[in-house]
This record gives sequence, structure tokens and C-alpha cells, in this order.
Amino acid sequence: MQPGSTSRFAGALRGRWRRSLFFRVVTTTLALSLLVVIVLGQVLVGRISNGLLDAKERSSLLEARAGLTQAQGLVAASDQTDTAAATRLIDQVAFQLANRGGGTPRLYDVLLLSSSVGVPQRGTNLVSEASVPVDLRTAVVAGDRQAWTYTEIVYTDGRLPVPGLAVGAPLTVRGLGTYELYYVFPLGQEQATLDLVRRTLVFAGLVLVLLLGLIAWFVTRQVVDPVRYAASIAEQFSAGRLSERMTVSGEDDLARLATSFNHMAASLQRQIGQLEELSRVQRRFVSDVSHELRTPLTTVRMAADVLHDARVDFDPATSRSAELLQTQLDRFESLLTDLLEISRFDAGAAVLDPQATDLRGVVTRVVEMAAPLSERRQTTVRMDLPSDECIADVDVRRIERVLRNLVDNAVEHSEGRPVDVCVRCGDGAVAVSVRDHGVGLRPGESSLVFNRFWRADPARARTTGGTGLGLAIALEDASLHGGWLQAWGQPGDGANFRLTLPCRLQDELVSSPLPLEPADADQTRRLPVAVGGPAPRWEADADEGAPDA
Amino acid sequence: MSLMKGRVLVVDDDTALSEMLGIVLRGEGFEAVLCADGESALGLFRESRPDLILLDLMLPGKDGIEVCREIRAESGVPIVMLTAKGDTVDVVLGLESGADDYVVKPFKPKELVARVRARMRRNDDIPPETLQIGDLSVDVAGHVVRRGETTIGLTPLEFDLLVALARKPWQVFSREVLLEQVWGYRHAADTRLVNVHVQRLRSKIELDPEHPEIVVTVRGVGYRAGSA
Repeated sequence: MQPGSTSRFAGALRGRWRRSLFFRVVTTTLALSLLVVIVLGQVLVGRISNGLLDAKERSSLLEARAGLTQAQGLVAASDQTDTAAATRLIDQVAFQLANRGGGTPRLYDVLLLSSSVGVPQRGTNLVSEASVPVDLRTAVVAGDRQAWTYTEIVYTDGRLPVPGLAVGAPLTVRGLGTYELYYVFPLGQEQATLDLVRRTLVFAGLVLVLLLGLIAWFVTRQVVDPVRYAASIAEQFSAGRLSERMTVSGEDDLARLATSFNHMAASLQRQIGQLEELSRVQRRFVSDVSHELRTPLTTVRMAADVLHDARVDFDPATSRSAELLQTQLDRFESLLTDLLEISRFDAGAAVLDPQATDLRGVVTRVVEMAAPLSERRQTTVRMDLPSDECIADVDVRRIERVLRNLVDNAVEHSEGRPVDVCVRCGDGAVAVSVRDHGVGLRPGESSLVFNRFWRADPARARTTGGTGLGLAIALEDASLHGGWLQAWGQPGDGANFRLTLPCRLQDELVSSPLPLEPADADQTRRLPVAVGGPAPRWEADADEGAPDA
Repeated sequence: MSLMKGRVLVVDDDTALSEMLGIVLRGEGFEAVLCADGESALGLFRESRPDLILLDLMLPGKDGIEVCREIRAESGVPIVMLTAKGDTVDVVLGLESGADDYVVKPFKPKELVARVRARMRRNDDIPPETLQIGDLSVDVAGHVVRRGETTIGLTPLEFDLLVALARKPWQVFSREVLLEQVWGYRHAADTRLVNVHVQRLRSKIELDPEHPEIVVTVRGVGYRAGSA
């Protein structure tokens, strides 16, 4: 496997581990039960082998002691004097002892060894003297007593060595010096038993682990399935299907989860219903107020107009009164219109009527309509339009209102210097910026301008005809399109308002084709907080909430 | 009142406003017939045969939308809605039920009179002229649209819209230009007027209104006559 695919596999596993409770529980159960089975198996095998060897040891020692007694009896009974007779004695001892061990398979083998040189040594059944460890021989010779140890039995004919127990004791033979008598007990049978036990344990352990895994799988399924079901219901609920409920079965904890979930859903549905009802009532109220106010206002308006048209026939005071009535009705009317528009936004009743529109046309129209005002203010409005069309899905009525507001504002505050309107298109967005070179905005004011009834200088009398709601409405209109409306300004260097709209309504805006801070901004006078920031909608929303607080 | 310019039926439940409308209209030389509720509007319309109707959308009893539908069912007389609500839904609903134009309260008398005049200026001395648009032939002076031998009934406004497009089949008309030529708005107004009436016109003249071939949409610009 290549390192890349390995790490990919590990990554997939890690992801699975993070996401799936199911996977986690089953894996943990498997790992832990494997650990428990291994430990248990070790303990069991240890105990069983100890028990087996203990018994073998005891019987072996008894056997060896009995053999030694017999050998000592034989040696004591003989009265040989020469070496040949002694050698015969040794042979006899070896033969008799070996015969005690029974037929094949023999229970043990016998070795008669001596550390002296030139004396005969005997071993039965081709057992090599290498089967007796040097340590044991030293212990027997030096300690002059019976000693034993576990060893590996080696045969002189090349058979495979087998584990065994060697028991040794010194045996003095007159004429030949001190011999060592070794009993060597092969442990093949015990080994076989242990192997069988071990194999059985491993098999049983594996089966147990697998079964535990299966059990964990079943148990987890029982818990995870209802949880997954609850999750899918909750997702559907949050996707707006408010009447979605879980089916409750039984009386267990999962049934309680389902019941509480259903209670929560019902309560949410009720509250959402109440809010919707409230909003509906509010909308209805706005609509009613609108109708009730407008009809008498229309009558007053027409009456005032008739009076105004006939004012030449009146005396000066009445004539002037008719004029004042007329102009103030204008103001009253636009204030009412703006208030109703704002309350429509607040009630969430503002509806978008989008159509694909070339923004250059809208801008041209707005600038043409601003001509009388700019003439009065003795300024000019310069347009910078791209040669390619700038089409976006917009509600023309709203966008025209936004742009009219921006251009009129800029002309009002231009102080006779030209106003620049610039349109750009790109990256799925269309932007229009309106730049004036008037008195500008003080630091921090660039977000305040969108507040309702906000005035740059409260002490200064309102000379322009604005209602104080224009920019607030413009901001709402932009937000309704999923667009941005932002302001930039510097004291003495004018202000720049930038409207950015997504070409397709559902699209999220990420950037604007135009900079918020104009290229011709006076860098030397730049103040650190003068920039209105690349405020996306959330900042705009924060502005909007301020006046209500 | 020798210079009678035409008869206007005013349907509005607010008596003060109705009276004021009457004063203004008479001052401009129109004859005004007042009606205060939706129920009697249709009867009064049949009786007085007005040249134009000013219709309030919110009426007690039968509402303005319903009245508009009933009148439209039997006549193409120009209907101008008086609405207190600038809401899209209300305006579109009114236009779709057959109104030609609308004014939002509070309106200025001059604005209203301009709307009334624009809808009433009609075939005074139109030279005989026959236009071809798609597979339709349009007799401008006779005010008749035919597909083959079949005559298609259009309201005067729909007829004007079709004639405007048919006169210059090579030109793409923006909604603003159409508003000026057909409705008589000199400044930009509500382009929904155009959208709704193009839909109404298409439903009458197109073989398949879903895939229009006579009045074609030019995305981002407006409409033009089909090239067929």
C-alpha cells in the first residue's frame, strides 16, 4: 500500500470515528473485550501449567528418591573390589532403574554420570548428558544432595529435544568414586495438554470477542437508530416542516426523548404561529392606517390645490396661507410615505418585484431627474458608465429610489463641487458609487448616516426637504436585494456612498467591483476611523436597530 | 358646459373624496358621475356609459377588484384605479383584474387629470393604416385586430400597446419608452404596468402565451415585435 493511500485510509477511519457513534461503540467494545480475553487467557494458561507441573514435580521427586534408594541398596549389597566388577554394578544399577520406568513411552530415563576421569558412565534411551545443565551438576556435586531443575532433553541420535525435568542426586560407588544419578522426566504429555488448552483458549477468546462485537452492534443499533430517526425529524422540522413529529412507541427513555421532542416542536410551532399572527396583525394595521390616512389626505390635497390655483383672487394673507398649505402638504405627504415604507419593512411586508435590468439606464434616468436640483445648487453630476451592459435582477422602483436618494443627497451636500456617479460590473455584482466633494463625514458618522432621522449637526436647521428617513429606507431596500449600502467620508474631503447588488438575487455578495474609499481621496488627511468599513449586511443590520433602542 | 370633454364615472365610498374629485373633474371640463359603493357600480356604468372609470380598490360590499373584473367582462372602457396602497400585490392584482392604470393616494389633482386625459385621448383623426405584426393584421383606424378571419377583442390600451410595437418592428422598446408612448408618462413610472399588460396582451394574441412569438421579451431591455 502506498503511503498516500494509507494516510487516506487512516483519515477515513478517523472521520468515521468522529461522525459515527455506532462505529465508535462497536470498535471500543471489540478492543476492550480483546484486551480482557488476552489477560484472562494469560492468567488461565499460567494457572493450568503451574498445576500440571506441580503434580509432575511431586511424582518425579518421589520416583527419583525411590530410584536412589534402590540404587544405594544395590551398591551397598555388592562387594566388588575391581574395576570390572564396579562397571558391571553400574550397568546393573542403570538397567534396574531404567526398568522401573516401565515400557515405551518411558516415564523417565536415567543417567549415571561422574566427574572423575576414566570411569564408566551410563545413560538409557540415547539421552545425552548435555540434557543435564551444568548448574544442576555443580549443585549436586557441591551440595551432595538431591537437586532438580527444568531442562531440555537432548538425544544423541538427533531426535528433536523435548522439555523435561532433571532430578539428580550423588551416589557413591566403592572403587569408582562418586557418581551422580540423574532422572530425566520428559514433559511431552504435559506440553501437549498445555498446547491444547492454549489453542482452545485462543479459539474461545476470538469467538467471544466476535460475539461481544455482535452484541455491541445490536445494542448500539437499538439506541442509535432512534437517535438517527430523531435527528432526521429534527432536521425536517428546522427546514420549516413545522408539523413534523416523532412517533412515540413504548415507555422507555427513547419514547421520552420522542415525547419531549414533540412537546418542544409543538411549543415552537405555537410560538412561530403567534409571531406570524403578530406580524400579520402589524401588517394589516400598517395597511389600514395607510388607507385610512391617505384617503382624507387626498381630499385635503386636492382641496389645497384648488385653493392654490385660485390664490390670485385672494387677499395676500389668504393667498400666502394657500401657498404654505400646499408646500407643507407636500412635506407631510412625503413624510407619511416614508413612514409607511419603513413600517412596511419593519413588519417584514416589503416584497421584491425583481426583473433583469441594465443599471446604466436606471442611473442615467436618475441623474437626468436630478438635473433641476443640481441646477439650483449650481453643481454638475458627472457619470462614469462602462460600455458593457450591467444587468442585475433588481426591483427597479426600489433601486431607482435608492439611487435618487443618494444622488439628491450628494447634490445637496456638494457645496457647488461636482458629484461623480460611477457604475461598475463584475464578479457577479453590480456597484454604483455616488461621490461628492462637500463637507464630508466626521469619523464614525459613516454608519450613523443610515440611522432614522439622523442629522449630521443637530444644531443646524434642516434646510433640505428630506424626511430623514431616506437613507434608512435605502439601506432596507439594498438589504432586501441581498446587497450592501455603505458610506465613506472624510471631513473636508466629501463622502462616497456605494451600493453593491448581486447580479442574481439568491447570490451571496463577497466583494464589490468598486472601492468604498475613492481613489481620489486625500490620503494626507486620512483619519484612521474615517472609513465606514467593508460592512456586509450584518453591520448594516446593527445600524438599523440602533434608533429603536 | 358646452365643452364637455367626456364622462367619468367615479366609484369611491369616501363621499368627501368623491365630491372633491367631482369638483376637480368638472373644473377640467369633464362630466362626473359619482357612485358610492361596489354593488351599484355596474348598474350605473351600464346606465351612464362613461368614457372612463375612476375606481377605488377598497369598497364596502363588493370590492374594487371584483367590480373591475365585471366591467372588463363586458367593456374595454379605460379603468384607472385609485389605490391607497402602493403594495405590489394590490397593484398587480388590480392590473391583472383589468385596470389600465392606477394612481396612488394621495395624488395631486394635476396628476390625476393627466392620467384621465392620457387614457381618454383617442382616435380623433387617425389616418387609415393597416399594420402587420406576426400573423396578425392591425387596422389602426378601425381599431380591429385580426388573425386570418378571426377578430381578436382587445381593450383600447392593449390595442395601443400592440400598435406601438407593430409600428416599429425593428426597434426594441424599453419599458420606460412604452410607458411614455402608451400610458403617457413623461417621467419613469411603475414598470409593472407594462409587465402586466404585456402578459394580458399575450394571453389574447399569442398562440402559446408561454412561448410568445408576437411580443418578444428582450432580456434586460424590454420588448419588441416578433420577427415572424
